Amino acid sequence: MGFPHHPHPRETTVLTKHFGEADARTLAGWKKRGGYKALEKALGMQPADIVNVVKESGLRGRGGAGFPTGMKWSFMKPGDGKPHYLCCNADESEPGTFKDRELMRWTPHALVEGCAIGAYAIGAETAYVYIRGEFTEPLHWMESAVKEAYAAGILGKNAMGSGKRIDVHVHKGAGAYICGEETALMESLEGRRGNPRIKPPFPAVSGVFGMPTTINNVETLIAAAPILLNGADWYKKMSLSSPKSTGTKLYSVCGNVQRPGTYEVVMGFPFKEFLYDLCGGPLHGRKFKAVIPGGASVPIQNMEEAEATLMDYEGFVAGGSMLGSGGVIVIDDAQPMVTVIARLARFFAHESCGQCTQCREGTAWTTKILERIRDGEGTVEDLDTLLDIGEQMTGKTICVLSDSCAVPVISGIKKFRGEFEALIQGKRFHPVTAAVA
Amino acid sequence: MTPDLVAGLESPDYASHDRAAHEPYVAVFTGDVKRELDELLTRYPTKMAALLPALWIVQRERGWVSEEGMAEVAGLLDLTPAYVKGVVTFYTMYHQHPVGKYFIQVCTTSPCGICGAEDVVKAFLRHTNTGELGLTSPDGRYTVIEVECLGACGFATPVMVNEEFIESVTPDKVPELLARLA
Amino acid sequence: MAEKKMVNLTIEGRPVSVAEGTTILEAAKTAGILIPHYCYHPGLPIAGVCRMCLVEVEKAPKLAPSCATTVAEGQVVRVHSDKSLEARKGVLEMLLINHPLDCPICDQSGECELQDYTYQEGREDSRYREPKRFNPAEDFGGDVIYVPNRCILCTRCVRFMDDVAHEPTLNVSERGDRALIGKFEGKDLTHPWAANVVDLCPVGALLSKDFLNKARAWELDRTASICPNCTQGCNVIMETRENQLVRMRPRPNENVNAFFMCDWGRLNYRWMNEKNRVEHPMVRAKNGLAASSWEAAISAAARALNGKKAFVAASPMLSNESLFLLTELMQGGSGVFRVTEGDEAPLPGVDDLALRRERAANVYGAEKLGFKKTKDLLGGLGQGDVLVVAGEDLAGIDATAVARAGDVIVIGSVLPEAAGKASVVLPIANYSEEEGTVTNLRGRVQRFTQAKQAPGETRPSWLVLGDLLGAMGKQTNFFLPSEVFAKLASSNTSFSGLSYDSLGFKGLPLLDAPPTGPKASIAVAAR
Repeated sequence: MGFPHHPHPRETTVLTKHFGEADARTLAGWKKRGGYKALEKALGMQPADIVNVVKESGLRGRGGAGFPTGMKWSFMKPGDGKPHYLCCNADESEPGTFKDRELMRWTPHALVEGCAIGAYAIGAETAYVYIRGEFTEPLHWMESAVKEAYAAGILGKNAMGSGKRIDVHVHKGAGAYICGEETALMESLEGRRGNPRIKPPFPAVSGVFGMPTTINNVETLIAAAPILLNGADWYKKMSLSSPKSTGTKLYSVCGNVQRPGTYEVVMGFPFKEFLYDLCGGPLHGRKFKAVIPGGASVPIQNMEEAEATLMDYEGFVAGGSMLGSGGVIVIDDAQPMVTVIARLARFFAHESCGQCTQCREGTAWTTKILERIRDGEGTVEDLDTLLDIGEQMTGKTICVLSDSCAVPVISGIKKFRGEFEALIQGKRFHPVTAAVA
Repeated sequence: MTPDLVAGLESPDYASHDRAAHEPYVAVFTGDVKRELDELLTRYPTKMAALLPALWIVQRERGWVSEEGMAEVAGLLDLTPAYVKGVVTFYTMYHQHPVGKYFIQVCTTSPCGICGAEDVVKAFLRHTNTGELGLTSPDGRYTVIEVECLGACGFATPVMVNEEFIESVTPDKVPELLARLA
Repeated sequence: MAEKKMVNLTIEGRPVSVAEGTTILEAAKTAGILIPHYCYHPGLPIAGVCRMCLVEVEKAPKLAPSCATTVAEGQVVRVHSDKSLEARKGVLEMLLINHPLDCPICDQSGECELQDYTYQEGREDSRYREPKRFNPAEDFGGDVIYVPNRCILCTRCVRFMDDVAHEPTLNVSERGDRALIGKFEGKDLTHPWAANVVDLCPVGALLSKDFLNKARAWELDRTASICPNCTQGCNVIMETRENQLVRMRPRPNENVNAFFMCDWGRLNYRWMNEKNRVEHPMVRAKNGLAASSWEAAISAAARALNGKKAFVAASPMLSNESLFLLTELMQGGSGVFRVTEGDEAPLPGVDDLALRRERAANVYGAEKLGFKKTKDLLGGLGQGDVLVVAGEDLAGIDATAVARAGDVIVIGSVLPEAAGKASVVLPIANYSEEEGTVTNLRGRVQRFTQAKQAPGETRPSWLVLGDLLGAMGKQTNFFLPSEVFAKLASSNTSFSGLSYDSLGFKGLPLLDAPPTGPKASIAVAAR
């Protein structure tokens, strides 16, 4: 039934199998569970062969964008004479998402192993695990796992006796959602403000420290180990739907639901059954009203859309949203949508780096209008303004934080317009103080 | 701000700031702490990359990152103080002024918001006697702030007290939690 | 240099051919299309943050920032399509929601890019109904004041200090809509080139203290000139109001100063507004110097000089033209000059650009034309020589040194105290009041033009000297300074082949000048 509960029988626990087992956090405990076998195997393979297996498995990025991992790794050209870097994006900050936190809390060695495999595959000697500063517990376990791995010779200048150098360093963020954007993470890692970079150049050409870099999500890197051990076919078969979505996926479930927690199901699992069966359905006396299925940046689904959705990259798009980070925010009929959306907008306004005009000004402006509507001082024109600002904030900035702020606003107004209008009409004669230019 | 303006304010927050500002600055990076930084520098190809870790060390040692602290770090990493300040002010976790002994961050972003996080905030403000977000209680013990998504949405409402992460806090658990700190 | 591959594309229906690697924004300029922009500046690394320069590129899914997008073969770019215009209108509205719209009291008004583009393609109204952000103005030190409420966070100033001045004194502080330009307490904008941030600021957020509230932009007359304050020869615009010089700003020249000028040069313009002027020709009469007609004064000077060796003490601020004419009247005599010195202050991000040690415009030209640099100005003055004081103020020179001269002729804008025994005074225009050329320390000859009117009966120095030579029986008949220059070019091999027409307003090197590289593209590629 999803961690912290016992696994539900319909879950497929590959990465979450050892959640809750304190012993699995130690090197000895992890080895007892088959840990570092995949790394040992990897170090005996040619990097290109590892990339091919991962390519063949169909593994796609679990951070949100869903880019094929094997292909991303293949962009790193061997023998270019430059140091390569692997960055592990453990800056999990997308509201509704906490799967990487659990992965690092319970299976820190799995991530160390994943990083080492990834680094070796892309010709990197150094991997940085960038963990958000608020994750004190995951940070503690990761630091402890790295220390153990060095002491055991798994990491270092002769990783597992392979003659290859593999260093893994844990780097602590300091409070900035935007550092989960890959180029912002690299800027931050370099000791700068976390401002996303203009692409191109892409990280594989010029990433952290100006060198070829691959950046992968925690879940993605951890998935590489069982793929290497069990083979691409094994992974590919874990799919109930589109062959473009393979393997298992972790979902963080939160909000107004019986059993919030971290769930692992195979691609293509029916969302309706997931919500009502695995997660236990709505709280007593309540009804589900809406779901944000992939973290705060994806479109809000109404229940009609959600209940018809198959849980994979393509399925969520067909259902009017996106798989995103797998952060499922369940909203029930007791929640005013305007309040929920206004609070999300405030989040994005707070987290905007402020570089791009539309994002810096648009996120804050959107928030102010929404909070005014929430407080009963909205006008009918405000909704058109919000939609138009949302359009200005979409597809026009360096990164997608601006788009992400517009997404819940636009989808929220489209799907729950009645709630906005009711608030506006309730105070339709309320005077609005215009800013005097 | 001119010193007389600062002195005129009653808030203990400002008072401690003022005190701290008048004490002679003692360097953070000496002895073991300097060695810790030296080890950190070996992890990165540039000195600048050690900036965030170095600032964390300053905060760990002093409880906050003062302008003198920024200048010290700047000097060690071949940066200018203005550059360091630009970085410090970007990230929310570096305290730019002294805070209470217990710095309490309550997540109120939507996923927690719909699970009653606002009430948790209110409970903290009431029981810590801080009165207002961001202010420090008169006894200097507590500072309570709202924080954006702590990334533990399934454990609403997560609360951070200094480095400790506490899950599933509800308003009625607040007094007990504060008692444990005492 | 290897030939760069050319790329052909279409911008707003016009065929354009530019070198590979050129950005769409720069390519559009070659077709006469200015794509509106704020954060982009050709002298700074690309930031791509204002999102103003978005254009539609056919087949691309999203609008492209033209400052950060390089041209591609066959590209079709639409700058003024509905989609691009809509996006820019959106940016302008967003930039204005927190902008105070205090144009009536803003120094930038009239030369403000936010104002210009808003009039050009912005909305007529604002839909913003919320309170505006407020932050107090701050003294950044040096010549600079920061008004954060007007700031559009283009970061040009930060990038200038980081990547051109190599002294990161400014930062972006805070983030999101709280972001503003900041500095560190006690670390001011005292870099010798810092005031360039005021020029770079596209709005009224960074202001010059020196220029504060002095004039509205539309009250200024602007003249292309050369900064006279050191031997670098930065190209400048002299701005006057009511015949008073009130501001100097850099004029781009990729061979001399890129887009910049130093603070010392910029702020050192008041001497050109000097008030203690000699406004009428004077000839010595029984009771001392008395006003006379130009004809009488010129004849008196010619008589004094005829058949005598002249010792010329000239100012290195004088033009090549005037210095050349002065050499013509030496008649076997000699010419000297002295120059004020100060510390050199380079701008590290631009190759071979510095505030130079020697603080005058035409030191190189004077030497080229045979004048000797000396610290003891009148040391070579022979007993009985005619001393010609040209543009020199003789500051610090003892009257007894002057007394060795058989006669003294002053050709200047002021009457030096030490030249009290002068028999003739010929009043001339100062540097900002006449036209001519100067030669910078790398041997580049550059034209400066008249920025303001000379007072009283004063005349341009080249004209006065031409007339004097004529009165001495030499073949001169100059109606224009270009004719003097033509004569110079025909008689001095270093200058041969040059003319006012060929010099244009960016100048050309002397034939024997050492080669210098272009400075326009600052070496500040991606970090």
